[in-house]
Amino acid sequence: MTALLAAISSDTDLMVAQNIFFAIIAVSMIVAALKVVTTHNIVHAALWLVIVLAGVAAQFILLGAEFVAVTQVLVYIGAVVVLFLFGVMLTRASLGEDESVAREKRSMAAFVGVLLFSVMAIALIDTWSDDRIVIDEPQRVAEVSDSIFSQYIVPFEAISVLLLAALIGAIVVARKD
Amino acid sequence: MLLNQFLLLAAALFCIGVYGVLVRKNGMLVLMSIELILNSVNINLVAFGALTDDVGGEVFALFTIAVAAAEVGVGLAIVLLMYRNRRSIDLSEADLMKG
Repeated sequence: MTALLAAISSDTDLMVAQNIFFAIIAVSMIVAALKVVTTHNIVHAALWLVIVLAGVAAQFILLGAEFVAVTQVLVYIGAVVVLFLFGVMLTRASLGEDESVAREKRSMAAFVGVLLFSVMAIALIDTWSDDRIVIDEPQRVAEVSDSIFSQYIVPFEAISVLLLAALIGAIVVARKD
Repeated sequence: MLLNQFLLLAAALFCIGVYGVLVRKNGMLVLMSIELILNSVNINLVAFGALTDDVGGEVFALFTIAVAAAEVGVGLAIVLLMYRNRRSIDLSEADLMKG
């Protein structure tokens, strides 16, 4: 971490404002994500999840990916979180104080998480220590759409079929009879 | 900006999501933790797209968002079905298909 900070401060084309905003958003995202997995109230967990998703959208804007950021806000915050809240309300048993986090599992899972993060952090710092992202202008939406409808048309059609299949599948699974 | 700061943030989110999947017993909360994992992947995709100045990263992030939406739909249907059958969405009680 100190090496990272030193690398940032020794940056010649220093992007101070971007780095400050990154730090603020990143810290609030981490705190909110920890709240999602530790809070006992499930509605609160869904609301903390909103902060994480909004933070991800803000990071996309920092990276110049405006269209993905807007899609993130529309699809995740607008639709997925509402779906979660509906799910929480439809399953009555889980409203309010419900969760009994298994105590013996908790330390083991924390160990796994910390171990995984340290391995990934070492590998990332080792591999990508001096790669810089230089954003001179945001990615144009026309470029994204051109790419989707020419180069990536087959995955796009596959996604369409997948969404239709998921829609029908969800109806069939949740139907009452 | 360094590429690493985005990658490390994504790694932290991923590990928090893994912790949530492992430790929570509530089906809805496990789905939320999976959302955390998918979002960390999206940050990685967009960051690498910005690094190589290629639009492919963003396109695949959009695909991931679509897949995540489909996953939430089906997952929610399964959780609702489980609640209707057993009056509980505790995943540690979901052992109907145990051999």
